[in-house]
Amino acid sequence: MGRQVRSRETRAALLFISPWIVGFLVFTAYPVIYTGYLSFTDYDVINDPAFVGFDNFKELLEDDKVALALRNTFIFAAMSVPAQLLVSLALALLLNWAGRASGFFRTAFFLPKMTPPVAIGVLFLLIFNGQSGLINGMLGTIGIDGPAWTTDPSWVKPGLVMMSLWTVGGSVIILLAALRNVPQELYDAARVDGAGFWRQTWSITIPMISGAMFFVFIVDTIAAFQSFSEAYTAFFGSGNTTYSNDAALFYAIYLFQQAFQFLHMGYASAMAWVLFVIIMIVTFIQIRVTQRFVYYEAETR
Amino acid sequence: MTALDTPAPRLDPATAVAVETVEVAKEPAPKEVGNRLGRWLLYAALSLITLAFVYPFVWLLSASFKPRGEVFDNRLIPKTFTLDNYVSVWQEAPMAAWLFNTVLVTLLATAAVTVSSAMVAWGFSYFRFRGRNLLFGVVLATMMLPGAVTMIPTYLIWDALGQVGTLTPLWAGNLFGSAFYIFLLRQFFLGLPRDVFEAARIDGANNWQIFTRVAMPLTKPALIVTALFEFQAAWTDLMRPLIYLRDSEDFTVPRGLKSLVDQFGFGGQWHWEIIVTASVITTVPMIVLFFLGQRHFVQGIATTGSKG
Repeated sequence: MGRQVRSRETRAALLFISPWIVGFLVFTAYPVIYTGYLSFTDYDVINDPAFVGFDNFKELLEDDKVALALRNTFIFAAMSVPAQLLVSLALALLLNWAGRASGFFRTAFFLPKMTPPVAIGVLFLLIFNGQSGLINGMLGTIGIDGPAWTTDPSWVKPGLVMMSLWTVGGSVIILLAALRNVPQELYDAARVDGAGFWRQTWSITIPMISGAMFFVFIVDTIAAFQSFSEAYTAFFGSGNTTYSNDAALFYAIYLFQQAFQFLHMGYASAMAWVLFVIIMIVTFIQIRVTQRFVYYEAETR
Repeated sequence: MTALDTPAPRLDPATAVAVETVEVAKEPAPKEVGNRLGRWLLYAALSLITLAFVYPFVWLLSASFKPRGEVFDNRLIPKTFTLDNYVSVWQEAPMAAWLFNTVLVTLLATAAVTVSSAMVAWGFSYFRFRGRNLLFGVVLATMMLPGAVTMIPTYLIWDALGQVGTLTPLWAGNLFGSAFYIFLLRQFFLGLPRDVFEAARIDGANNWQIFTRVAMPLTKPALIVTALFEFQAAWTDLMRPLIYLRDSEDFTVPRGLKSLVDQFGFGGQWHWEIIVTASVITTVPMIVLFFLGQRHFVQGIATTGSKG
């Protein structure tokens, strides 16, 4: 009888789970394997895939644009992820100190996160415009001659990084929630021991929210490696218009162009697998390096 | 979770004891005056930052009411106020069709993912079966997979089904649940008291009834979070409309905005006022959505961080 109940329960569970099982097989498992197969072929959608061995991967190593896109993506990630983490931590700390009054400010900080990425790309072009944009206008009032953010190759990425800071609101909320969960007793005890403000922040606050910081760090990194919409909107023509800007050519953008504008599906598949491996390696390194600094409450219980 | 709405009480017994100890020990009293000054500085800093975060919206909105020659004048209040840009956008682009497509896709995507993810999450939280944790581990693992790895074969599947060029690929994949929402909803289901469901079972409810009539109503907050997140994701998506939509008439608003950037921006005729105005039209619904569901957005995101 027990076994019968259990098998009935299993059947019911599988019925509920079945949409995901079907979706997983059709839209995840099969595509992952098929991309792997395509990466060893030449495929233009019209003709059948032609097996070419490791040619795509060899070509990838020699493709200047792949090297450029990888360099751009790494530089962007290396600048934007730490900047986002620091800014969101600073904002979360400010909000936490504001206590009850923080609600209004929290709303204001989060609002940009609602902006569609296309509109963010547009805003970037407008606000960072070298001649008449808002940023350079403001810099001008304090006597600084601002750079051509949207055209000068050496300023495009710093500009995009600054723009990405506009949408840190989500991370701020995550870190603020973690800050609110730090037990007040710890601060009280520290105060009794004579710890000052900075000492408390450094020795209590930061360790206690290191788990949330770690989460934000990893998620932001994975997102940075897949950056697409904002830069694509601002710098790359879709359809018939073909303007482009090498300084903003991120890996995901080049992959998209290879797949859906040049119809090099095999080559793009190889690029996708390389991206996957890169993200896995980077995440693995991040976990190994940062884990020593992350404090998990459970460890002490 | 509740900590977000109600700031932690400042004076629980433990604190009171600590404060007393401090006074007895003749420690310097908390710097009252400095604190007040500090608070003013804090509010000043927060207000300045708020200005930086909100001003781009104000700038964009203001620019959309300026004539072509004044778009870049960086004035807060337009020197010449005009609604012409909104008329031009309507004439230059099939904006009504774009809005209709976007609303349709967004509603379908939201409904599909909310219902299917809830079902799957329920399957993973209420029932016990062999291999459950392993299977759920697979669900979590799929969240790590970059979209690029599945993008091409997914396109080929929709192509084989003759759906490229239609709106179907933008939402139909949502019928099979989405790992992130399954995770979110499962966390919520696991927090519900089991007795309620056993009581319903004794009253003769079958599995489906327990799910739809007992579990779903109790899960409303998490369902709202799921729906709001997906509404935003579907409305703002650019990649999939770029891949799947061919004719301007079929575009969603973000895809349409991109085509306007191509046509009237650097690549084209330099009519930035049209791009500005279309950006406002694309963004405003999301701002409205946020103010409608603000609390749920904030709670949903905070949960993501603490559970992840």
